[in-house]
Amino acid sequence: MTATIDDPRVIEFDVRTDEMLVNMGPQHPSTHGVLRLVLRTDGEIVSEVTPHIGYLHRCAEKIGENLTPRQWIPYTDRMDYLAGMNMNLGWSLAVEKLMKYEPPEKGRHLRVIISEMGRIASHLVGMGAYGLDLGTFSPFLYAFREREKILDLFEEACGARLTYSYLTVGGATADLPPGWLHKCSAFLDQFEPLIAEYHTLLTTNAIFVKRAAGIGIMSPEMAIDYGTSGPVLRGSGVDHDLRRDGEEIYTAMYDGYAFEVIVEKNGHYPKDHIYPQIPSEAVLGDCWHRFYVRMLEVIQAIDLVRQGIEYYSTATGSYGEPVKLNQKLPVGEAYLETEAPRGQMGFYLVSDGSPIPWRVRARSSSFCNLSVTGPLCAGCLIADVPAIVGSLDIVMGEIDR
Amino acid sequence: MSGQAFVDQLKQKFGDKITGANLENVDPWIEVTPDGIVDVCQYLRDEPSLAFDYLNSVTAVDYLHTDEKKAAKSEWQPHLEVVYHLFSMQHKHSLVLKVMLPRWQNEEVGKLPQLATVSHIWQTADWHERELYDLLGVEFIDHPNLRRILCPEDWVGHPLRKDYEMPLEYHGIRGR
Repeated sequence: MTATIDDPRVIEFDVRTDEMLVNMGPQHPSTHGVLRLVLRTDGEIVSEVTPHIGYLHRCAEKIGENLTPRQWIPYTDRMDYLAGMNMNLGWSLAVEKLMKYEPPEKGRHLRVIISEMGRIASHLVGMGAYGLDLGTFSPFLYAFREREKILDLFEEACGARLTYSYLTVGGATADLPPGWLHKCSAFLDQFEPLIAEYHTLLTTNAIFVKRAAGIGIMSPEMAIDYGTSGPVLRGSGVDHDLRRDGEEIYTAMYDGYAFEVIVEKNGHYPKDHIYPQIPSEAVLGDCWHRFYVRMLEVIQAIDLVRQGIEYYSTATGSYGEPVKLNQKLPVGEAYLETEAPRGQMGFYLVSDGSPIPWRVRARSSSFCNLSVTGPLCAGCLIADVPAIVGSLDIVMGEIDR
Repeated sequence: MSGQAFVDQLKQKFGDKITGANLENVDPWIEVTPDGIVDVCQYLRDEPSLAFDYLNSVTAVDYLHTDEKKAAKSEWQPHLEVVYHLFSMQHKHSLVLKVMLPRWQNEEVGKLPQLATVSHIWQTADWHERELYDLLGVEFIDHPNLRRILCPEDWVGHPLRKDYEMPLEYHGIRGR
């Protein structure tokens, strides 16, 4: 049968679509760094996504085999450069686990305050950048306005704005400066009411819900099978947070702190009553839920910092002097994962008794989180690919190491 | 569950495929033979009392002294150790498995040692084994997509091996 021009619908049906390979990246604006995705498309539908990584690879693990643990701290900030403090903490704790070292009480609370502030800063970028991925610019500015104040606080504490190297093996490089706690709580008081603003801008925004809800749905089984962690895992409804379920050396840091793991139970998140209801379009495990877990974790972190400030101001003794730069390590090996903002960041070190580790390994959380993009994006629209990849909140510096 | 209980249970099930254990280390580990790793992993995941459904990481350590004086004094022979870190979401317990491999298959330099993949048991292993192949040179048999992942596809050598030497140049870019 030949088509005639009289009926426009016939022409529509006669269009032949060929399979096409579309290259996204490595300099695509919505790929959070240098990530290259090769999409196999049929019209607007994506049938296969292959991530190509390694553009930032510098073999940090090999560098770690030539430096003492304290010298390697600066390399850990440069992995997840949006949460440098949490990376410093993860590596320090792994080394301390091998050394069987326990930081003093005051140092423990200092670490909680600093790492939870780092989590807020990181989730703010995650939120703003996700808005950018979906085509709205203003939330990014709102997020950076507040993040700037956290960076100012960090700068006052350690002198750096992004690559801190502040928390270190033994404790921290310096105590918090006088008056810092006061400024920190003033910031929290000012920041907390602003979160409602973010929810209006994104969480409940009709366009945002249309773009994020019901897209990229990941079942809890799949989330566990692929080794995802952090908000990506909890967004699928898996009740797991290393701050509660982790190894003793890490959970001991949070001893005496009251907090609830942010995960959906019976259709509700802890503390979600303060904020708008979950939209009816959202399905557990979709992009919207991953985003929402992050937003609630910001509130949780504020709470933890407040508790930390209270504990810290009454604690006595040292904040934890760093160990000697060429401190000999005991023979053996240790692996420790901590709950970084992007998920479980693991560090593994093997020592033969010298000050320099025999082998250093960083298990990246974003690396595992990114590995689900292929199955998650299969069958979605091209425009949804940035929405799905953005909801995983990856940092390429950490993936490529 | 403690380290000794894991060892006893696995020894009872797999006998001589469990070649040893170190329970004194901060993270106790269990040693498995290369031909037993897939069965052991499958059992660890499927047995309800163990339920290791989460694979944290797969990595390896290269044991080789490049300094001859140190090699003469060393207590071990050169070898590769593949390390698996497992976790159970249900029971919240963890386990470390180790597999000892020769640095080269049949002592032929350049021929990569082989090990069966566990990527059909945990999807995490897919990318982790690719990374291991890329950086340490372990060939995983039956892996669905064993390509380099962090280094470019035409890269020569495996950078995390102790005797690796940085190339002098790569596509006109100066190294070293």
